[in-house]
Parts: sequence; C-alpha cells; structure tokens
Amino acid sequence: MIDAWDLVRERLLAPAELDERALEVVLGSMLGPRIDYADVYLQYSRSESWVLEDGIVRDGHFSIDQGVGVRAISGEKTGFAYSDELLRPGLEKAAVAARQIARTGGEAKAVAVAGRQLPRPLYSGDDPLASLSDADKIALLHRVDAHARALDSRISQVTVSLAAVHEVVMVLASDGTLAADVRPLVRCNVSVIAEQGGRRERGSSGGGGRLDYGMFLHDDLALSWAEEAVRTALVNLDAVAAPAGTMPVVLGPGWPGVLLHEAVGHGLEGDFNRKGTSTFAGRMGEQVASKLCTVVDEGSIAGRRGSLTVDDEGTPTQRTVLIEDGILRGYMQDKHNARLMGVAPTGNGRRQSYAHLPMPRMTNTYMLAGAHDPAEILASVKRGLYAVNFGGGSVDITSGKFVFSATEAYLIEDGKVTAPVRGATLIGNGPEVMNRISMVGNDLGLDSGVGVCGKDGQSVPVGVGQPTLRVDAVTVGGTAN
Amino acid sequence: MTQEQGRSTLRERTTSKERAALEDRVARILEIARARGADSAEVAVSRSEGLAVNVRHGEVETVEQTRDQGFSITVYLGRRKGSASTSDASLAAIEATVAKALNIARYMAEDPAAGLADAALMPTGPLPDLDLDHPWGIDVGEAAELARICEAAALGYDERITNSDGSTTTSGRSCHAYGNSHGFIGSEVATRHGLSVAVIAGRDGGMQRDYAFTVGRSASALEAVEAVGRRAGERTVAKLGARPVPTARVPVLFSHDVAAGLLGHLVSAISGGNLYRRSSFLLDGLGQQLFPQRVQIEEWPHLLQGLGSAAFDSDGVATAPKHLVRDGVLSSYVLSAYSARRLGLVTTGNAGGVHNLRISDDGLDLPALISRLGRGLLVTELMGQGVNGVTGDYSRGAAGFWVENGQVSHPVQEVTVASNLRDMYRNLDAIGNDTLRPGNIVCGSLLIDGMTLSGS
Repeated sequence: MIDAWDLVRERLLAPAELDERALEVVLGSMLGPRIDYADVYLQYSRSESWVLEDGIVRDGHFSIDQGVGVRAISGEKTGFAYSDELLRPGLEKAAVAARQIARTGGEAKAVAVAGRQLPRPLYSGDDPLASLSDADKIALLHRVDAHARALDSRISQVTVSLAAVHEVVMVLASDGTLAADVRPLVRCNVSVIAEQGGRRERGSSGGGGRLDYGMFLHDDLALSWAEEAVRTALVNLDAVAAPAGTMPVVLGPGWPGVLLHEAVGHGLEGDFNRKGTSTFAGRMGEQVASKLCTVVDEGSIAGRRGSLTVDDEGTPTQRTVLIEDGILRGYMQDKHNARLMGVAPTGNGRRQSYAHLPMPRMTNTYMLAGAHDPAEILASVKRGLYAVNFGGGSVDITSGKFVFSATEAYLIEDGKVTAPVRGATLIGNGPEVMNRISMVGNDLGLDSGVGVCGKDGQSVPVGVGQPTLRVDAVTVGGTAN
Repeated sequence: MTQEQGRSTLRERTTSKERAALEDRVARILEIARARGADSAEVAVSRSEGLAVNVRHGEVETVEQTRDQGFSITVYLGRRKGSASTSDASLAAIEATVAKALNIARYMAEDPAAGLADAALMPTGPLPDLDLDHPWGIDVGEAAELARICEAAALGYDERITNSDGSTTTSGRSCHAYGNSHGFIGSEVATRHGLSVAVIAGRDGGMQRDYAFTVGRSASALEAVEAVGRRAGERTVAKLGARPVPTARVPVLFSHDVAAGLLGHLVSAISGGNLYRRSSFLLDGLGQQLFPQRVQIEEWPHLLQGLGSAAFDSDGVATAPKHLVRDGVLSSYVLSAYSARRLGLVTTGNAGGVHNLRISDDGLDLPALISRLGRGLLVTELMGQGVNGVTGDYSRGAAGFWVENGQVSHPVQEVTVASNLRDMYRNLDAIGNDTLRPGNIVCGSLLIDGMTLSGS
C-alpha cells in the first residue's frame, strides 16, 4: 500500500524543492487580522487515454498537469490565484495575489497544523496507468471491439476507449488542516453504430471508478459493456416516435438517478442556499418530496467514481442525508459556505483542479430502496413511459425546472412494456416531481461509473443511483400524440 | 491621440517579443522531437492570463487571477501517431512529454490517414493582422466598480427583483503558437473581455432567474454596462408567472439568444469526425438542399476583432472565407486534414472548428417575426442535451413566451419542443435581422414551422 505522504513528498514537494515548513510560511504570510481562512492546494496529475476506432488503435494521449492554487477568505470575499509552477516564487506570487482580497498588511501568523492523521483511504494509491502494460491495454481494446462486432452484423462502427488518471493532492489550511490524497480513476467506454435499411442508431455503455484497469477484466466487465452498447443500438433501430404530453413515467434503477442529481441535488448545494437563489432555500424541515423518498449524498463509498477519501479542502467525506422520508434534512457544504451558514462542512468541497476555486459539489447521490417489486410498479401504469437509460440532464436551481434526456425508453400500455420509443427529453419541476413519486422499488442500483457533473464551468466525476421509481406525472417531449 | 499611438507602438513591440518567444519554444520542441526520432511532429504552445472579479449585492465576492501555460505535441512515426501535453514548462518536462508521445506512437497501428496537413496548405507570407489584441488594463478595483454598476442597474430595474446572483467582469489575454515540421510556425495574441450579471425576481416557489452579458475583443466593443444590467432585469421580470401551455403542434420562433445553437448542431453534423464515424444525420449531405433556397451560411475567418477569427486552423492550414450553405444547398463540410483524408476529400481549414459563421436574413425584425409566427411559442431559453446527432432527433426543454394573434401573451416554462433537425432546417420559415452580439456564430431569430410542443 502506497503511503499518501510518501507520494506527496516524491511528486509534489521534492521536485519543487518545497517542504511542509515552506508551505506553512507561505500560508502564514497570507494571514492577517482580516483574513478568516486561507489554504494552499497542490496537485500533480498524470492521465492517459487510448482510443480504438475502425478496428485499429490509432489515438493515444498522455498528459501531466501540476500546479498550486492559493485562496484567502475574508468574510464573504474570496481571493484566488494559482500557478502552474510548483516552485516557491510561483507559489509566493499567487499568495500575494490571493491575499489582496482583504487589502491588509497584517503581521504574518504561525499556522498550527492539527495533525497528519488521514482517514482510511477508500481506494488504492497505486498508479492505475501502470496497472496494465501498454500492450495489454491495446489487446483489451481489440477484444472489446471484436466482441461487439461479433454480436450482430448490423453493427457498422465501434469505438472503444480506455482512460486513467493518477492524481496526488495536498491541502494545507489556516484552520490546521493538513491532508493528502492519492486518487486513481479509470474509465472505459464503448460506443457503436447499428445500421439497418438506411436507418442508423447509436448505442453506448461503459463505466469505471477509483480502481485500476483490472476492474475491466474482472467478470469481463468491459465485454458486458460492449453487449449493452450493441443491445441499446439494436433496440433503437426499432424505436417509434416518443409520445408528447404529461403522463406517468417509470424510471429504471441505477443511472436514471440523474433525476435526483438534477431535481434535488444541485438545489441542495450550500452556496445556492446561502445566497437564497435555490428553490429549496429556507425550506429545511419542510416536506419537499413524497414520504417514500430518502436521498443521501455519500462520498465515502469505497472505489466509486464520485468518492473521495478527503474532499479538496481536506475534509473527510461522509454520508449526508439530504431528504429523509420526504423531509428536507441537509445541504451539501464546503468550508466557506458552511462557516457563513453556521453549520459543519460535509466533505463536499470540490474543485476541478488547482486552477479552480472549490465549491459545494455532489459526490455519489442516490435514493434508498423502497418496498415495491419493480414488476408491480410497471404493472400499475395504464399508459405511460418506461425510461431505462439517459444521456444527461440539467437544472435551473432558481425555478426548480429540470430536464433529463432519455436514450432508451419504452411505452407502457395496460401495465405492459411494449414498443421502444425514440429519445426524448423529460421536463419537470424538482419539488413537484419529487412529490409525485408514488412507488419506490426494492432494487436500488448505483450507476456503472460514468457521471460527469458541470457547474460554473468546472467538471468533476460523480455517481448517482436509485431504485425503480414511479412518478405520476412528468412532461415527455416526444413528437407523437 | 499621440499618446494612444505611443502606447500602441510599445504594445506592438511587447507583443512581437512575446510571440517570438513562444514561436522559439515551438521550434525548440520540434527540434527535440526530430532529434528523438519523430518523422514529423506538430506542436502547440500557449500562455494566458486573466482576471475575473465577481460582485454580489455591491460587495466583492471573488477575485480570481488566472495564469495558464502549456504545450501539446503530436509526433508521427511513419503513419503512426502519438500525442502528449503538459502544463509544466521545464526542459525536463518537455523531454519527458516528447518521449511519452513517441512511446505512444510506437504502440499505435499504421493509419493511412494520419499525418500533417499538406505543406502547400500552410499560410505563406506574413499572417493577416486580425486586430485581436486589445488589453483592457483594468485593475481589480475598476473591474469591481463596473460589475457593481451593472448589478445595480439590474437590481434597480424593477421592484420585483429580489436577489442577485452576482455580476462578473472578466478580462483575459492569451498568446498561442503552432508549428509543424513542414517549417510553418505561426502565432496569435488575442484578448477577450466581458461583463455578465444574473438576478432573481419573485419569491419562494415562484422565483425566476435570468442573466445578460456582453463580450468582445476590446473594451470599446462591449455594450454599455448599465444596458447589460437593465437587460438582465428586464429578462428576469418578464419570466415571472411563467406556466406550461397545452401540448400542440405549432410554429416555434427561436430568439437570437438560442438560435445560434441550431446552427451549432449543423456544424456538428457536417464535421468530418462525425461523418467518417457515420455519427451524423447528414451523411452524404454535400450538395443536398437542406434549407430553403434563400438561405446562405458563410464563414469569415479573418473578421477584424472577430470572436472566432483565426489566420490558420489547428493543423496549421491557412483559413479562408467560404460558404457552408449556398442557396440552401450544403456546399462544404467542416474538415480537418485527418477527417478529410478519411473521407477522400481535402481539408476545409476547420481543424478545431469553424471561424465566424454568419447566416443571411430575411429583413424581418423581432416584432415582424412574432407577427408572422401568429400563434405559437417564442423560445428564449433551451435546456438539456436532447439532440441526437446520429438521427437528428431534437427534443429539448424550453422556456419563453406564448404568442397569440401575433402578440406576446404570457411567459411559458416547463415545456419541450421537438422535431427532427432535417425537418427543422427545411421548415425554416424566416430568419430575423435581429442579430444580438458578436459571437463565433452570429444568427438572428429563426422561425420554424411544424414543431411539437409538449406541455400540460
């Protein structure tokens, strides 16, 4: 097992001729009478991707990114600067720029580090890029390609990609935080085009997590994604126009949990609620969903794509109950918004990189299982839509309006799943839709590890999950009557 | 006047020094790649710095100073390709990055289409001056003051405005250089400044948020700060009381705020990468009548101060004006050297994208378009990713205004608009002359017949 501190010294500090003491001095220099908080975030990341297209591996990319982000907070004001030089002059220059926010020339203060004890890591510190030889990565891409093509002669195009990131971060903050985290992340994606009688449809599948490439070999997981991509493309070849109008919708388990991410997740992030710009602002303790709904955000699940041992402010992640039996119980917080709202941070302070400011972000957001058999839920619908896969979604947190776009869906007629329908966008209002959840399945599933969440121009990996759900009325954006 | 000239001469000198330094760096990296065994290579180096100051309720909330640098390299071993990039400027990092790219290339398969663009397509002689470099020179205090004025204009627009989501002033300058082993090395310095504001109207369950912004290469190209604020206020208040309307088949008027997106989907569908992957609904679209005959879509890569202007594309190929659509017929794809070879065609100088698209108009302003719409939906906001590039199926969340008897009746939200992009382009009934702002795609409002609106 790799020790996070060893890797921090080897990757971040030694090449830059820095040590903890030097960082403490820089941090101390930023502190003054009007600075409430300051932190220094160092990051070193190596990433690679390999792409197979048309039966050959013809694209490969490798990247090294490193830098330091420095932040100073005075009241509600935040000063931020960064440098892609890890060397001390770059760091000091960034510190001077960041502290300008308080326009103060106070005495430098000493920073007392509380301790270097880290929570038990949720993933291995080993380098995922090295978990398979380059030749074996290429062999895996070819195996997945051959598998997809062999499944059906209507498959005309196959694209398979593998990607891995190995990231070392260190946070030192004026509140005594000293934390390090070594984060692996791998991803495999399969996308196919099926053609039949002049019609073409795409199917894609994939997954990943904070593991190594070995996860794709285990139980032939990568091959199962090839099967799933092919199946989806073939289903869509027969799809008819989706219905238009408001109707009952049954959502499948797992990735359709993007519903929760959009309908309630973003609206429960601390910054929007501090500013009063969320439709959920000031509604703590109120009923915001049907009694069947309990929704949590849990960054502390081992190996998941949205998981972190500590967040980007060094706070250990946790399981935060957002909605319990339909009642709003908690927001997701970073340190800044937590302090201003007088609550504790929840381990949701995340940033895309050293060059971005942390803010409250989701980790793995999901709904707990209910009592219903999924078959019973489908049987309860006279006429409606069964949506099992989605492309993605977005939300206007102020009005509560959210959309998510189905990529695999079926009509439900007299309780039976019938014809596949073409992709359609579903639109609703977060609290309204959550209150219309009338049945919750016993089949909770988490997604396969594909989620990317965007907010204020920053992307972070996230997870979602849910059991099968029935929503009594959602507007479905098809073209058929 | 004289002072202004003096400053600009000094600036030109600084700029040419910066450009020369980056171009030198490109040449050095190309030399390292050659020495390490690459048959050919291409290198892009960039440096940028910027400032973003955000103000909320009159107080500064965040001040962000940005400073980025990095380079990327693609090397070729015969027809095998590898690429790598880094933000680390040290010589050791350059060596390591080049070595990594070469290592990747050794594992790649021979790809007959791989390689640099043809040498004959590189720019010859001095690059055109696109007038893109206009440093603003504002400090944090001045940037905050502009944001404050903008926010105050938005908050003061109407008493129903209850909250602010902040106003942000941004200013940035970037220098990028590209070179390849044909011997071409080119660089460009460009600035980009902007101001935006978002406010909230209404209370509790009935809140609405909207925003407005202005962006340009020079500070003088920006709209008046107060006007941006007032527009944000006006847009936000106009949304109060929005409600769904019943499901119907109606014409839809896409306002200039969202119309450019419909051309963006066209660009994506005629891009080489999607064509050779058979992931486009416009395969074999070249020469087809996609739009009504009066429609022209042109690309102007050398517009002075244009937000999409570029003298060469990311393959180093010289850019030139052209029609994408002439008399409604698709007259050019959007190709890079690689995708062109895959399709048996010649690159169109669009590696990395399009440069300043313009669509013709029918001489109608927005009121005339609303009148022509008669009864239907004016869409001012779109939500979500419901566009299938393979089939052209289009289904997106929408908000805007219901139009009845050629007059705006009430705000609408929580509906979707759906059709297929091929049908939408064919049913393009009118194009407005109400282009709003400089952008890479400039487009007036678009009136499209026969869409399905799904609502209550």
